[in-house]
Amino acid sequence: MIRIECPWCGPRSEAEFTCGGQSHIVRPADPAAVSDREWAQYLYQRDNPKGLHYERWRHTFGCRQWFNVARDTVTHEIRAVYRMTDLKPAPGGEGV
Amino acid sequence: MKRTAQRLPHARVDPGKTLRFRFDGRTYEGVAGDSLASALLANGVGVVGRSFKLHRPRGVFGCGKEEANALVQLESGGYSEPNARATLVPLYEGLEARGQNAWPNVRSDVFGALGVFKRLLPASFYYKTFMWPNWQRWEGLVRRLAGLGIAPTSADPQKYLKQNVHADVVVVGAGRSGLEAALATSRDPACRVLLIDEQEEPGGGLLASPAAADRSWLEEALREVAARDNITLLCRTTVNGYYDNNVLAALERLSNHHGPAAGGAVRERFWRIFAGRVVLATGAIERPLVFPNNDRPGIMLASAVREYCHRYGLTLGERIVFYTNNDSAWRTALELVDAGVPVVAIIDLRPAVESELRQRAREAGIALHLGTVVTDTRGRSGLRRLVLHRLAGPGDALEAPAGTLDCDVLAMSGGWTPTVHLYSQSGGLLAYRDSDACFVPERAHQAVTAVGRANGEFAAPLNLQPQWLTPGVSAEHQWVDFQYDVTASDIQLAARENFVSVEHVKRYTTNGMSVDQGKTSNVNGLGILALATGRPIPEVGTTRFRPPYHPTSLGAYAGIELGALYTPFQQLPAHAAHVAAGALFEDYGAWQRPACYPRPGEEEEAAMAREARAVRSAVGLLDYSPLGKLEVRGPDAREFLNRMYLNNIRTLEVGAARYGLMLNEAGIVIDDGVVVCLARDHFLLHTTSGGATTIHQHLEEWLQCEWTDLEVIVGNATTQWATLMLSGPKARAVLAQLDGDIDVSREAFGHMQYREGRLLGQPCRILRASFTGEVSFEISVPANCGLSLWEALMQAGEPHGIVPFGIETLMLLRTEKGYPHVGADTDGNTMPQDLGWGGAVANKPDDFVGRRSLSQPVGSDPGRFQFTGLELLEADARTVSGAHILTADGESTAGYVTSAFHSPNLNRTVALGIVADARDRQGEEVTVFYAGQRQRARLIKPGVYDPAGEALNG
Amino acid sequence: MEKYSGFNLLKHALTGHRRWPRSWRSPEPKPRYDVVIIGGGGHGLATAYYLAKEQGITNVAVLEKGWLGGGNTGRNTAVSRSNYFYPESTRFFEHSLKRFETMGRDLNYNIMFSQVGLLNLAFSRHELEIFRRWATAIQVQGVDCQVMSRDEIAAAVPLLNMSPHARYRVYGGFMQRRGGISRHDAVAWAYARAADNLGVDIIQNCEVTGLEVGDGRIRGVKTSRGAIRTDKVGMAVAGHSTAVAAMAGIKLPIVSQCLQAMVSEPVKPCFDHVVMSPMVHCYVSQSDRGELVIGGGADTHPSYGQRGNLPTTEAVLNAVVEMYPTFSRLKLMRQWGGIVDIAPDSSPIVSKTPVTGFYISTGWGTGGYKAIPAGGETLAHTIAHDRPHPLVEPFSLDRFAQGRLVDEGAAAGVAH
Repeated sequence: MIRIECPWCGPRSEAEFTCGGQSHIVRPADPAAVSDREWAQYLYQRDNPKGLHYERWRHTFGCRQWFNVARDTVTHEIRAVYRMTDLKPAPGGEGV
Repeated sequence: MKRTAQRLPHARVDPGKTLRFRFDGRTYEGVAGDSLASALLANGVGVVGRSFKLHRPRGVFGCGKEEANALVQLESGGYSEPNARATLVPLYEGLEARGQNAWPNVRSDVFGALGVFKRLLPASFYYKTFMWPNWQRWEGLVRRLAGLGIAPTSADPQKYLKQNVHADVVVVGAGRSGLEAALATSRDPACRVLLIDEQEEPGGGLLASPAAADRSWLEEALREVAARDNITLLCRTTVNGYYDNNVLAALERLSNHHGPAAGGAVRERFWRIFAGRVVLATGAIERPLVFPNNDRPGIMLASAVREYCHRYGLTLGERIVFYTNNDSAWRTALELVDAGVPVVAIIDLRPAVESELRQRAREAGIALHLGTVVTDTRGRSGLRRLVLHRLAGPGDALEAPAGTLDCDVLAMSGGWTPTVHLYSQSGGLLAYRDSDACFVPERAHQAVTAVGRANGEFAAPLNLQPQWLTPGVSAEHQWVDFQYDVTASDIQLAARENFVSVEHVKRYTTNGMSVDQGKTSNVNGLGILALATGRPIPEVGTTRFRPPYHPTSLGAYAGIELGALYTPFQQLPAHAAHVAAGALFEDYGAWQRPACYPRPGEEEEAAMAREARAVRSAVGLLDYSPLGKLEVRGPDAREFLNRMYLNNIRTLEVGAARYGLMLNEAGIVIDDGVVVCLARDHFLLHTTSGGATTIHQHLEEWLQCEWTDLEVIVGNATTQWATLMLSGPKARAVLAQLDGDIDVSREAFGHMQYREGRLLGQPCRILRASFTGEVSFEISVPANCGLSLWEALMQAGEPHGIVPFGIETLMLLRTEKGYPHVGADTDGNTMPQDLGWGGAVANKPDDFVGRRSLSQPVGSDPGRFQFTGLELLEADARTVSGAHILTADGESTAGYVTSAFHSPNLNRTVALGIVADARDRQGEEVTVFYAGQRQRARLIKPGVYDPAGEALNG
Repeated sequence: MEKYSGFNLLKHALTGHRRWPRSWRSPEPKPRYDVVIIGGGGHGLATAYYLAKEQGITNVAVLEKGWLGGGNTGRNTAVSRSNYFYPESTRFFEHSLKRFETMGRDLNYNIMFSQVGLLNLAFSRHELEIFRRWATAIQVQGVDCQVMSRDEIAAAVPLLNMSPHARYRVYGGFMQRRGGISRHDAVAWAYARAADNLGVDIIQNCEVTGLEVGDGRIRGVKTSRGAIRTDKVGMAVAGHSTAVAAMAGIKLPIVSQCLQAMVSEPVKPCFDHVVMSPMVHCYVSQSDRGELVIGGGADTHPSYGQRGNLPTTEAVLNAVVEMYPTFSRLKLMRQWGGIVDIAPDSSPIVSKTPVTGFYISTGWGTGGYKAIPAGGETLAHTIAHDRPHPLVEPFSLDRFAQGRLVDEGAAAGVAH
């Protein structure tokens, strides 16, 4: 079971949250200018790593805010929680 | 096995308090403090169960969770529990149990004859036969012979609770090591310690010790535990699962020890435990020895014989013999003799044993057979005699027969297996320790430590000499997994057929897959596999331990969230009025809504027809409160909505309303509704009833995750407002009667306009949009005023013939009118061009969510399913939503009927659908297919009722 | 290969079963193969078998990093069915179901395929409409499917909660009678034994550590037991697809999640069909051993932890007890998890890739088991001819760039 430290509400049980999948996906600035393949990559292609995954979660049954989580997909250990507007923390760096 | 009326004086039972119980139709007496197993043993009941495959007679063999034989059907009716371990059932007055997997009973089971065919039924024999003519011909028979107890057929009268708890330290097991750990860690008063034990009382192995020193130590420790405020002790609680991030699951048995007398009381409590640190003091389980016919009733674990003696005061036999490969059984034998129990011999396969033990045993009058193995056992329903051979050397062939030995109980010990299940579940690594022939914790993965016997720390050296099976004799009748009838020869067969991975062997032979999950069979199985494949045990490896450690009621996992609590009902503000009006309630998403209001004796379709006619001819009232109402506000609200809607929101003026379509990023239509501009920076979005929550979340996700620079807030006001839809040619007249400050005249309040004001003294919001095709007012008032507004409108409408109408009637009306309902007349492939909105997309200058996906190749594929009306060509023809439209060749699907009703206003079927290329095929005939029937239909423009829209503006 | 039969069982009984031959060899890897299959699960083994049997390519190795059948093949709930919505799905899975129907005799291995019938339950008016659409879709494809009323369902599943006061009332459902369950391990072993017999090398405990790609072509495979040269590699590694495809420089539209399964203690026969209820989300069947076999939704976050988490276990069993109240006092015996690879449309990907000679079979999501025969057959065909088998043309990797998803959920509102 995962315990998540919501940046606004503190540590809560996994059941209160919804995982929104990989974070830091950049929407093409001008969608009309990209190829079908590039658009499909933006829509569908995901990193899906075995290990550290940067993903976004919503505190659905709480403050309803989205935030980022760096989590190990094998051990389910959470290495960092940071806000949507924060930069991706370096793997293994301070606080990660 | 003998019947024991007298209990030994030092036992932890109360012989003064007798308890009557029944087993397999016979009445017996036990005493307070007994388990069902000890009470059966006290009464000399030898055969208590039958094995799974061969229906071999089986007796009690262990004393706790490791029990593989004494599985019973406990109680009956709603209290029935199959596969209850007799060793774990505390005896209570009136207990009723039956043996399982036998007919007519476990004493004389006719299927016991299957044992004769054992040769024909080796491991996985079923994979090699039963193929002709097919497996199903044989399956029924095999299925009936398999299985154990009987699933209850009455509802469970008892309840299950769940509770969360946080603790700094969780100690699992309140034996000596666990108590020591709890007392040590709780010295820091700030440290909250949770001490958990699975037995009826704390003490673990100490409960089975006859030593006065052990008993006084336990008393003192328990006094100290009770005195410490920061220790919480949970008994009758089994920790069953060890999950990520130090979360544990445990099951507390609250009323099982009362049986059905507990009535509807809470039966069990499921604990979710959030632990800082975990100490596993889970002890160890003794292993059986593997030898021919080692499954005969009367052959038990030495530790069980010990516990039945010292804890339950039972002298199980008149001639008890020990058979072992290690020192612990010797000490047990000596303790028993001290307690006055007749131990006649110790058979030890080791050629040499420490002289002090030998000396003490001889002094106790015990005959010693060293370097000797048991090569067969005799007896009918119970054990009578052992056949012995001398061993040439460790693991070697037999040297010479060593005669026979009469006995009625054989106490065996093949060593000890630390209970490392939870450690393994936590991700911790195990290592094989040669000296004790067992797996012990090696490296923790989470914040957990194992202590005491769980960590392989035995009180005294075992000096163990492993013997995984008896050499020199057939392996065919040497049982490894008693429950599933797996013998050493099965494991050898698996190895011979090249099933050499430990997981393959487990699956091929089913060793360790029975209800005890291999608690006594796993390590022996590994040993036999190692021998068969010529590898050391560490190379063979071990199977992964899975939760639960001990089988756990499904009811406990479910908890209390059943029935009305499974998903809470969401009811409308005027629910009481709908009940009073005789509404037929159904689930629509989260909401309970009236489908229609059938009068007594009225069929559903007739009710809908009556309601629909009233709306078309007079006026009807619908509780429309689930209509999604989202408020979007902020300096960038207009820009944001312009990116979210396909429609141009930039040009929407204050006070104006506009129909809008929303897509997801893949270009699929996910919602529609009317957008109202309340102020330059403030919008009210109406979503479909089912979409209120998801569209709110959709907007929030884009705002919070993608366009973080936009200054916008979104609020979901859906449940804050009760919304009533007043619809019909008399709607205006009815509304005008109510005390309010909004001019509802035709001139002042046109179609697709919005007003705010007061109604019946309350703030109100009125939108003139229509989903019925008639003049409609969607009137919103604060939710708590919904009921009074409903009643006021019904009263005001009475002279006009007002009727309440339900959601199904609304669906009928909008189908007559040809309005699509997103989610019903669209599917997960529908793009705006399929609904006729292609032009709007082309005309919008700005990007919006999903736009780019519309120009992927799929968007212009031929054969896209497009929204259309359908006209059935045969007179009086009917169809249903779910019917298909076929391709011209009649071979495959070219669309579906998505809405279909019998129209009382037009007196024929009205239908909508999505059909391949329908927009270019208007007027063409198609075939409708449902339930084997084909019908002719024509593709027509949606909306056969009032195509000119006169009623709408009337 | 010694034939399995009742007669031979009897014959071997006379010698105490001491003369049964190995089910398959344990060969050392050769330096070169015509085709290397990565993944010794059901799909990989079936692919190797069909390469040898139907395509005449026998110089084939199956590389398995653990023990064969140890991935999702050995972890699923063993359901087979072909009641899909889209014709492309139904065609594929019906082909697979037919293979299941004859697999026992085709491979001379009793996989205990038991066509107990697969019942789907609807819990609302809208769901019932969707079910009608779905059932009709199956019938149009010529596949068996029977719409059932509430009363018929009550008779077929006596322990189902049919109370009119149930939180979610059963409105109706549909049954595919030919759907059923089988012994999952046996399917892997049956293909392994048959493939080995045709000369395929099944190499266990051999982990692929890299793929050699040159000039856009597959050149070979690096393994924990040495390098192997080959021109063609087929990948069938559910739960590891992203990692293995990355060795060829290919990024996949795949997310991996943990799907749990669990069994109760065995009881005498009490449950005759496979019953799925999407609304109160769980599915239940009873194995020949008597265990209730239970599944539900996947854990909701990306995961490679083959365990399954507690909240999902609780949610699934909550649904089971809500649906079957008398199961409350049955006990859960074992719970486990497998990693499923899910594509954006929850449909499989059996396809060529931008790397010549590298073929993938992935995206089986929660439904890979039932696809084993057809998945293996079509991947074998695709590898042998360097051209997709007609059954998997719609399931190509580049359908995503065209937006041509095959999303069953989109049409039927139900997950695979």
